[in-house]
Amino acid sequence: MSTEKNELKGVTGWIDKRLPVFTFINHNLRDYPTPKNLSYFWNFGSLAGVTLVIMIVTGILLAMQYTANADLAFDSVERIMRDVNNGWLLRYIHMNGASMFFIVVYIHIFRGLYYGSFKAPREILWILGVLILLLMMATAFMGYVLPWGQMSFWGATVITNLFSAFPVIGDYIVTFLWGGFSVDNPTLTRFFVLHYLMPFLIVGVVALHIVALHQFGSNNPLGIDVKSEGDTIPFHPYYTVKDYFGLGVFLIIFFGLVFFAPNFLGHPDNYIPADPLVTPAHIVPEWYFLPFYAILRAVPDKLMGVILMFAAVMVLFVLPWLDTHKTRSAQFRPYYKQFFWLFFIDCLILGWVGSMPAEGIYVLISRIATGYYFLFFLVILPILSRYENTRTIPTSIAASVLSDKFVNEKTSTENI
Amino acid sequence: MDKKSLNDKLVESDKTQKVDSERRDFLFMTTTGLALAGGAMAAWSMIDTMNPAKDVLALSSTEVDLSPIESGQSLTVMWRGKPIFIRHRTKDEIKQARNVLVDDLTHKSLDEERVKKPEWLVVVGVCTHLGCVPLGQKVGDEKGEFGGWFCPCHGSHYDTSGRIRKGPAPLNLDVPPYEFVSDEIIKIG
Amino acid sequence: MKLLIKICLIVFLSSFFKINVSAGEKSELIKQNWPFDGFFGRFDQSSIQRGFQVYREVCAGCHGIKYIAYRDLANVGFTPDEIKSIASEYEIMDGPNDEGEMFDRLAKPSDKFVGPYLNDKEARVANNGAYPPDLSLITKARAGGADYLYNLLNGYKDPPENLEISDGMYFNTIYPGNQIAMPMPIVDEIVEYEDETPATQDQIIRDVTSFLVWTAEPELEERKVLGIRVLIFLIIITLMLLAVKRKVWKDVE
Repeated sequence: MSTEKNELKGVTGWIDKRLPVFTFINHNLRDYPTPKNLSYFWNFGSLAGVTLVIMIVTGILLAMQYTANADLAFDSVERIMRDVNNGWLLRYIHMNGASMFFIVVYIHIFRGLYYGSFKAPREILWILGVLILLLMMATAFMGYVLPWGQMSFWGATVITNLFSAFPVIGDYIVTFLWGGFSVDNPTLTRFFVLHYLMPFLIVGVVALHIVALHQFGSNNPLGIDVKSEGDTIPFHPYYTVKDYFGLGVFLIIFFGLVFFAPNFLGHPDNYIPADPLVTPAHIVPEWYFLPFYAILRAVPDKLMGVILMFAAVMVLFVLPWLDTHKTRSAQFRPYYKQFFWLFFIDCLILGWVGSMPAEGIYVLISRIATGYYFLFFLVILPILSRYENTRTIPTSIAASVLSDKFVNEKTSTENI
Repeated sequence: MDKKSLNDKLVESDKTQKVDSERRDFLFMTTTGLALAGGAMAAWSMIDTMNPAKDVLALSSTEVDLSPIESGQSLTVMWRGKPIFIRHRTKDEIKQARNVLVDDLTHKSLDEERVKKPEWLVVVGVCTHLGCVPLGQKVGDEKGEFGGWFCPCHGSHYDTSGRIRKGPAPLNLDVPPYEFVSDEIIKIG
Repeated sequence: MKLLIKICLIVFLSSFFKINVSAGEKSELIKQNWPFDGFFGRFDQSSIQRGFQVYREVCAGCHGIKYIAYRDLANVGFTPDEIKSIASEYEIMDGPNDEGEMFDRLAKPSDKFVGPYLNDKEARVANNGAYPPDLSLITKARAGGADYLYNLLNGYKDPPENLEISDGMYFNTIYPGNQIAMPMPIVDEIVEYEDETPATQDQIIRDVTSFLVWTAEPELEERKVLGIRVLIFLIIITLMLLAVKRKVWKDVE
């Protein structure tokens, strides 16, 4: 066993030396006891960490070639694509990496939701996670502006204009954000600076996220606390090798996109240089913002739409106090489970209507879906917390995984 | 998943452990090796983005038309971000450059080896001491004690062949790779 | 129940992608088989070279390809001498010289393609207010890519009787709004190929489309070659990691 440990350490050691952030994220994840029944859904935390590192490394290299100037930005991106050695690879990794990051993080969040990972004593862990999501959204939004294509420009215009919804101070805020009277060079320059800065804030919050995680350890599919050493295995080599395997699968999908459909998740209009005089027929944000965009458009009132959209994220912060049911895992909560899956589908529907024009039947669909989104958090969860009866919960992780005979032994000893 | 207890399984696996660990070692080694190789290649492809790009390399050679430079005049052109001194040497200057005992030089080099055609001297205009640009290209410039160039930073004197004659510079001015494309056009780089 | 949810999800997801992809298109594009499509797609150099000829003789009057340098032609089989002579057919403004004046000189291989107009405004004035877009990125900048371009160039039809076409506009079944300012650019025999490929309208459109796919994605071939290698590597190492994982986890219930 010890030799294996050293060899795997070699791999991490090699990477560690070159990627200090990776060290930071993974440093504590070795001897630390981890529930032995984690499913592959628990891979997504480390995948998000790896993606963050990939984004930072490619981002720094891109910043060495990119020019944050409204007249030069688009051309400098084309220069990266055409003249810089492997520049196209660099940019396509960064571009698709953003999408992959959101896919991974969304799955990570839904996993937490399903298995009750946000519940006591992990509330702060969850809140830090939501904070990471918020920072990611801001970073991704500003990053999308940098190529200075049509979608960049008009996306920036539309989203910054959201702030004009606030009464009295709205217009001042927007002018302040732009550094001018429209989205222009000052806007681009500050977005670039912030886009470069914020990932490092994310790294900071991720560190706190991990500190908070290690306080009580990972939740698990059963949602019950670790009771004895029999419930856990050391993180290394068990979960390191599982994470590496998961990373392999992830990279196959990721690089499948990068090499064979690099623009699948993008929008063709962003290959047209920004033109302040021509608005594209159909402005859509990147796919990962579509559910929130749908909520924004579902409301006929501008201010309310903006408030609801922000509320859709903010409500996640108070989730631990909305769902106060003692049982964590949805496996043992028959009603919560169904409402959860309905919520999941609801989010997909929101994403889908977000990509459709805001007219006809789509408006109705988006309103119903928005309604359920908030109903789920604000009404269904508190009610279920009070009245839902749970199925029989296993006494311990070991008991649930092992044979009946073994369980009986185990429980009898525990009874003593 | 059969219904043996963990203990039974551990005992059983003890027996096969030796064979097993060898195979495992082999698998670990190859997997690790392969991962390392892949990681190294990925890292290199990323690092390589910092090397000169194609548009930069495309400018790594430049063509200069010599016809407007009259005898005794000089021209400075940029090549790879550095000044290139082109001097159309007079007969006197050529003579001066060739009437020197090579053994007297700091950096021994024949004038014949430094030019392709005697009347045209092409050198990189960067002082070999600490990288300043020497004077001597413009009409009013100080040309130093040997009629070539003078570096104002630390007082290096170059002769009409661009060779170091006096001062702290250790080497002669570099001759860039160039060729005559036609009688009056040279291609530097 | 779980199975039902899964089925619903799969159906939903697949419909999501279908709807999403077709949402941006005005009229049904007829899909073509391109040599550069698919995992093993490659460029057809002779087609691109012919397409370049079409671009120069037909499109270049109004459309630039400003992100392409003359030197880039080396990647589709032109020799350095050919590139030099192509470049020297264009004049480019340079300067200022020592007298502080701008001057024209012949283009060099390291220069970008010289466009037909000095700036956007001049382009608009010369084309009745319509702006002929730069074509360097056109297949990436339109939903449908190569198929869009192919169908657009083939999409000039007689207008239906009830439709009134504005002055200086032409009917096109593919163009959004069906009225396009560009007159039908490509007909049979509009160019004469040196390699004796029959210059049918369809052939010319294919060639120029191939050329413009190359200008938009010059990295395409390199990307797909490298992509196959990377994916094979990743699949092998992932399978090996799976084996390692299974061994490590063998004794854990």
